[in-house]
Amino acid sequence: MQVNEYKPKIVAFCCNWCSYAGADLAGSNRLSYPAEVKVIRVPCSCRVNPMFILRAFQRGADGVILCGCHPGDCHYTSGNYYTRRRMALLFSMLDYLGIEKERTRVEWVSAAEGAKFAATMNDFVQTVTALGENKRLEDLRCKK
Amino acid sequence: MQRIGVFVCWCGSNIAGTVDVVKVAEALKNEPGVVHSANYQYMCSQAGQELIKQAIKEHNLTGIVVCSCSPRMHEQTFRKTAAAAGLNPYMVEIANIREQCSWIHKDMAEGTEKAIVLGRTAIAKVNLNAPLTPGESPVTKRALVIGGGIAGIQTALDIADAGFEVDIVEKKPTIGGKMAQIDKTFPTLDCAACILTPKMVDVAQHEKIKIYSYSEVVDVKGFVGNFDVTIKRKARYVKEDVCTGCGLCTEKCPMKKVPNDFNLGMDNKRAIYIPFAQAVPKVATIDADYCNMLKNGKCGVCAKVCTANAIDYTQKDEFVEEKYGAIVAATGFNPISMDKFDEYAYSQSKDVITSLEFERLMNAAGPTAGKLLRPSDGKHPHTLVFVQCVGSRCASCAEKGKEYCSKICCMYTAKHAMLTRDKYPDTDVYVFYIDVRTPGKQFDEFYRRAVEEYGVHYIKGMVGKVSPEGEKLIVQGSDLIANKQLKIEADLVVLAAAIEPDKSARPLATMLTASMDTNDFFTEAHPKLRPVESPTAGVFLSGACQGPKDFPETVSQAGAAASKVIGLLSKDKLTGNPCVAHSDEMMCNGCSSCEKVCPYGAITYADKEFRGPNRTTLIRRVAQVNEAICQGCGCCTVACPSGAMDLKGFASKQIMAEVDAICK
Amino acid sequence: MENKQNVCNEIIRRSGVNPRKCMKCGKCSGTCPAYDEMEYHPHQFVYMVETGDIEPLLKSKSIYRCLSCFACIDRCPRGVEPAKIVEAVRLEVVRQQGNNHLKPNDLPEMLDVDLPQQAIVSAFRKYTK
Repeated sequence: MQVNEYKPKIVAFCCNWCSYAGADLAGSNRLSYPAEVKVIRVPCSCRVNPMFILRAFQRGADGVILCGCHPGDCHYTSGNYYTRRRMALLFSMLDYLGIEKERTRVEWVSAAEGAKFAATMNDFVQTVTALGENKRLEDLRCKK
Repeated sequence: MQRIGVFVCWCGSNIAGTVDVVKVAEALKNEPGVVHSANYQYMCSQAGQELIKQAIKEHNLTGIVVCSCSPRMHEQTFRKTAAAAGLNPYMVEIANIREQCSWIHKDMAEGTEKAIVLGRTAIAKVNLNAPLTPGESPVTKRALVIGGGIAGIQTALDIADAGFEVDIVEKKPTIGGKMAQIDKTFPTLDCAACILTPKMVDVAQHEKIKIYSYSEVVDVKGFVGNFDVTIKRKARYVKEDVCTGCGLCTEKCPMKKVPNDFNLGMDNKRAIYIPFAQAVPKVATIDADYCNMLKNGKCGVCAKVCTANAIDYTQKDEFVEEKYGAIVAATGFNPISMDKFDEYAYSQSKDVITSLEFERLMNAAGPTAGKLLRPSDGKHPHTLVFVQCVGSRCASCAEKGKEYCSKICCMYTAKHAMLTRDKYPDTDVYVFYIDVRTPGKQFDEFYRRAVEEYGVHYIKGMVGKVSPEGEKLIVQGSDLIANKQLKIEADLVVLAAAIEPDKSARPLATMLTASMDTNDFFTEAHPKLRPVESPTAGVFLSGACQGPKDFPETVSQAGAAASKVIGLLSKDKLTGNPCVAHSDEMMCNGCSSCEKVCPYGAITYADKEFRGPNRTTLIRRVAQVNEAICQGCGCCTVACPSGAMDLKGFASKQIMAEVDAICK
Repeated sequence: MENKQNVCNEIIRRSGVNPRKCMKCGKCSGTCPAYDEMEYHPHQFVYMVETGDIEPLLKSKSIYRCLSCFACIDRCPRGVEPAKIVEAVRLEVVRQQGNNHLKPNDLPEMLDVDLPQQAIVSAFRKYTK
C-alpha cells in the first residue's frame, strides 16, 4: 500500500437526539465527508464509556470523535456535561500516554447542523490522516 | 447463536446508485450468525415488509438487520414488521446506508465498502441483542396543579373540562394569585379582577376540581402516572365547610394592626381575615401570629360573633395523601426584595414604592380605594418618576438582582404611566428606561400612545440616586440623549422591580426531581419543542415558574400544559422505553455513583439478602433502577465503577462489538 | 490608528475592565456626583474606550474631575467599573508626560468648600510622584 493511499479508521459516536440527526441532515443535504468515518449511534454522548474509546484505539482505530448536543441542550438535561468532564480527563490521560491529542475530539453538533457535521468530519479526517497510523495503543494480537 | 436475516434496501436508486446492493447482500451473508440475506427495491413498502415477514418464518430468524435509510426514519416500521411476524421488535437493527453512506459518497467502490462495514457493525450488535419488553404502568386519572394563580386556574379548568379530576394546591387562603392583586391589564386595560374572578368562581363550582387552599405539597413519591403526594393543610382555625364567608368576624376582631399582605403591607387587616371580597374559597382564616386567643388564650370574639359556629381554635395542621397521574407546577413569581437597592431609598421613604404596590394604590379595592395618594402623608402626588429595570439585567449584582430581563416591566410601566396621566392630568410623569421592549400584539402601539397621547416623558437613562429631602424625593438620573444629568423633584417614585420565581419552587423541584436553571426557573424538556414539559416525565410547567411571562402567555402556556396532561391521563397504561438502565445486583457495591449522576432520580437503593459462603446470608446495599422513570441516557453506566450498570439495547458489550466491527 | 488601538488595549489591560459588558443604561452617569464638572461623562468614558476613540479623552480635563468615589462601580448593573477606566486613562496621561500634574501651590485656587477631603488626598496620591 502506498503512503498517499493511507486511509485512517475513524469511529464517531453520535448521540441519538442531536448529532446523529445532524449526520442524517448532512446526508439529506448531500454534504460529503470521507467514507472513513463510521458512526455508532448512542442514546446520549454520556453513554460513551472511556473504555469504548480505548477499545477502538486498541483495535486499530486512528481517531475517535464524540458528538453530542450543545451544552445546555442535552435531551437528558445534563448528559453532555458529564461527557465533557469525562473526556477532558480521558484525553489528558491519552496525551500522557503519547496518543496525539488530535486523534480524539469532542464536538457539539445539533440536529440542525448538518453542514457543521460534514465540516467537522472533513477536518477531523484530514487531521488524523496527517498524523498517520496509530500504532501506540494498537493491540497487535487483535490483528489478523 | 442468533439466526440473523440481512435485508438490503435499494431505496430505488437512492442507495443502489452509489452502493452495489447485491454485493453488500452477498458479502454480509458470510458474517457470523447470518443465515439469510436478501435485497429488494423498497424494503419499507408493503411487499418489502412481506419479504421480511416471510423470511422470519421461513428461516426461523431470531434477529434482523435492515440496511436502509436512517433508523430515525423507518426503525419503527421494521420493528412493527418484526413484531407482526412474531419476532421481538427490539431484535431489529438498522444499518444506515443511505443518509450516512450512499448520499454522501459518489464513488461506487467506496460506498459499497462502507455499506458492508456498516452492515457488519449492525450484525455484530444484533448478535448480542436480547428481546426486550417495555414495562407497562397504570395511570391514575387525576392531576395535581400546584399553585392557584391564573396559570394554575387555567390549567385546572382545561383539564377538568376534558373530564379528568384535578386538585389545586394553593398556599395562600385563596386562589387568584398575583392577578387578583393587579388593577388593569395591558394593552387593553381590562380590569384584571373582572376577567379573573369569573374564572375563580368556575373553579369553585366545577365538580371535577377540588381546591386545597392554605395548603402545601410536602412530599412527592412515585413516577409518571403514579405519583403519591402528601399535602399539608395548614390550620386556618376556621372550619372550611362550615364558614359562610359572611365576614362578620373580620369586622369584630379587636386585633386591628395586622399588616395586610394582600395590599403588600400598605394597610392593616384584622387577625381573622378574608383576603379580598371575591376570595375563593370565601372562608375566613386566622393569622396565628397575631390572634390573641391563639397566643394568650384571651379574646374569643370571633367565635362569639360567628353565627355558623365555624371557629375552631384547636384545629391542627392536617396531612392528606393523594394519588395523581400528572403534576403541574404553577408556582408563579414574586417581585424581588428592594432592601439591597439603597440608592433608590426604598427603605428610607414610604413614597418610594414597587410597581406591585402602585398597582394596589390604583386599585379601587386597595388601601386608598383607588385614589392615587402618597403613602407617607396621603397627599396627591404631582410629579411621579418610574424607574425601569430595577434589579433586572443586573449581571454584576447576583446578591441583589437578576441577570435576566423580567419581560413584563416595560409594558406595566407604560400602563401605570398612562393610567396616571389619564386619571390625573395635573401630574408630570417621567419614565427612566434603558431600552423599551415591547414585542407583543398591540404592545408597541400601547407604549407609543403613552408617549404621544398621554404625554409621558420617557427618558433614556438610568436613575443613580433617590434622596428624600423634606417632602420631596430628589431623583438624580442621566438623560443619555440630552447628555445631561437630571435632578427631578418627585413626589412618588415607582420602582419596576425584577421578578423572580416563588421561593417555594426550589424545594418543590427537589421533591419532583424536576430540573431548574440557575435562577430557579423550572427548565423545560426542550426549549423549543417541549416548552411546557419538565424533563421529568409526568411533570408539566405552567406560567411564570418557567420564565417571566405576561397574562396572555401564561394562559396559553397553562392551556398547553393542560393538553399535555390530558394526553397523558387519557391513556390507560403507559408503555415505557425498554432501553433502560439495569443494575447487576451481584456486581453492584452500592457506592451511589450512579444515583448522583442520574438526572431523573430513577435510581434508588435497597438492602438485599445474598447467600454468602457456608450457608451464611449477608445483606448488601444495591442499586435498583425504576424502569418507569429511567429515560435511558446511560450516564449511570459510565459512572458505575464496578461495571454493574448497563443499558438495555445499548449494552457495553454491544457497543464494543460495534467498535470491533468497524475497526476490523 | 494602530497606536490609538494600542493605547486602548493598554487602558483595558491596566484597568481590567471589559467595556463590552456595558449595556448603555447610563446609571454611572446618573449616579456620578461630579457629572456637571465633566466634559465627558462616565458612560462616555466607557464608550470611548470601547470604540477606540480616546484622543479627546486623554486631552480632557474630565479625567481629573472624577472623585474616585466609586459610586459608578457600586451601582453599575453589569459590573463594568467605569472609575477604573478613568483611573487607567489618567495613568496613561501621567506616565506619558512623566511630570507632576498637581503641586501643593495649585491647591488653594482649586479648593471648593464642597470638595471632600478624601478627594484632595486621593488627588495627591494619583497626580504627584
